[in-house]
Amino acid sequence: MPNDELILLKNMSQPGYAGSLADYEKTGGYQALRKVLGKVAPADVTATVMKSGLRGRGGAGFPTGVKWGFLPKDYQGPRYLCCNADESEPGTFKDRQLMERDPHQLLEGIILAAYAIGCETAYIYIRGEMVLGSNILERALAEARAAGYVGRNILGTGVHVDVWVHRGAGAYICGEETALLESLEGKRGLPRVKPPFPATHGLYNKPTVVNNVETLANLPHIINRGSEWFASIGSPPKSTGTRIFCVSGHVKRPGNYEVPMGMTFRELIYEHAGGMRGDKPLKAFIPGGASAPFLTPDHLDVKMDFESVAAAGSMLGSGGVTVMEEGTSMVWATLRLMEFFYHESCGKCSPCREGSSWLVQTLRRIVAKQGRPQDLETLSDLCKNIAGRTICAFGDAEVAPIMSTLKHWRHEYVTLLHEAEAANLIRPVPVRSGR
Amino acid sequence: MLREKYQKEIDEILSRYPVKRSALIPLLYLAQRENGYVSEAAMIEIAGILNLTPPQVYETVTFYTMLNLKPVGKFHIQVCKSLMCALVGSDTLIGWIRSQLGIGIGETTTDGVFTLNAVECLAACGTGPMMQINDDYYERLTEDKVGRILADLRTTGVSSLKSGPFMWPEPASAVSEG
Repeated sequence: MPNDELILLKNMSQPGYAGSLADYEKTGGYQALRKVLGKVAPADVTATVMKSGLRGRGGAGFPTGVKWGFLPKDYQGPRYLCCNADESEPGTFKDRQLMERDPHQLLEGIILAAYAIGCETAYIYIRGEMVLGSNILERALAEARAAGYVGRNILGTGVHVDVWVHRGAGAYICGEETALLESLEGKRGLPRVKPPFPATHGLYNKPTVVNNVETLANLPHIINRGSEWFASIGSPPKSTGTRIFCVSGHVKRPGNYEVPMGMTFRELIYEHAGGMRGDKPLKAFIPGGASAPFLTPDHLDVKMDFESVAAAGSMLGSGGVTVMEEGTSMVWATLRLMEFFYHESCGKCSPCREGSSWLVQTLRRIVAKQGRPQDLETLSDLCKNIAGRTICAFGDAEVAPIMSTLKHWRHEYVTLLHEAEAANLIRPVPVRSGR
Repeated sequence: MLREKYQKEIDEILSRYPVKRSALIPLLYLAQRENGYVSEAAMIEIAGILNLTPPQVYETVTFYTMLNLKPVGKFHIQVCKSLMCALVGSDTLIGWIRSQLGIGIGETTTDGVFTLNAVECLAACGTGPMMQINDDYYERLTEDKVGRILADLRTTGVSSLKSGPFMWPEPASAVSEG
């Protein structure tokens, strides 16, 4: 594949493409549906997706076909597909573009996935703030229903798949798949203890698959062009296909760039995103959304695939690449992220609920130059007692910025603590606290 | 009462789910659209429609930031303050709005037209600083643009500066034409 071939963003990059059904059909849209519905066995669709190597684009990177394969084969009752469109990971804004500019590409992917897993009802759980996106999806759904691509007896094949848009109401945690299911059931979005996993006990306790928007949008292309084609793109065998990287922060041209996995961060930041604003040196970047540990300029030549980023001590996550220039205070940046996590902690697990509040308080006083000499120890200690001790991955996510900035830019914390000492602004330690 | 006015819409919402409680958030949105916030009376009525207890409704409402338990201004301005927007000037943006409207965060103008809040990430990180006003996003904001948006809303109730279907960067053809 040539380096610049777009897959997911191809249609919308054409002049005049408005994402209507007619536009989508003109580019070959819904051909994948015609190709498989009633003609290819669902298990073979799953096998194709498995062979393509497609991995979840939401953050965890779990192989999509394998996830589908976990559904019980002999279960007779209803099963569900949920499209995770609760895009909330700071630094990530790709699903919004996929939904608002090419909604039928997503709908076709949803029907294909529903067919493969044998479900008749799919819900698109879209974050509540994206009112425009949900209106566009509703409009696209009405078009697709009228044309016989969604609903009962699709294209006369006897396959039924109903698709509904369900708006969230402002809660980051609902992007976590079990919290999403709770929210879809009309409850507080509190993650469930796993196991059991959604594959067996998901929505309404029925077998359920939750897939990200970008993951599902890849399906029509995999069906049309084959698993071998898809598996040859990117960084095979483990990171196949393209990713839409969302570049934000201090670059000249922030935005969404679809590139094959395996490209380096340097190429993404300096060629696609135009390099640093004002040509200042790059100080730090977050490679995969707010939950991913910070990386340094030394990591610019790391390849953007799941394994390489993990080996560099971070994660590819949701594809949100946030770039910070020289002069940005890393302690301040960490505090801003920590305030996000503090606000969004759902409150179910004590280490996260209490810990996020203590972390924010500690960081705030360090930034305000009122930090105590023992505060770095306090931060490390809190992080260690949150990570791995919560029901969902939020606990690990919220400590990632602190642990990584403490590792790479510890001197900035120390400087602030010295300034606090010099300015004599440190407040006495309350009696109730050991520190 | 919601049922008298929206029976058809309520039935349509209920038909989407095999379990009634799933319709809770959609019905709360309906109540909020009607009153600008979710009133106690609405929560009690919705509980009745879904065979829930009022506390079950309340516990859900209080979890979600988009459901208002008290009235807000006609235009609810929510500025993203998360790191990605902060890197490109969201604190400055909040300052512009504060000085133009003469209100602080969490406050409403005395005429009840604008409420200002700072919120966490709205998934528009490449086009910050940005804000949401009611249902619409406004992105790549400058001081001048903010002034025009607020003036538009105050005078006509709508602003042409709101975001359309999102794509950034814009396709090459659109850029060369524009």
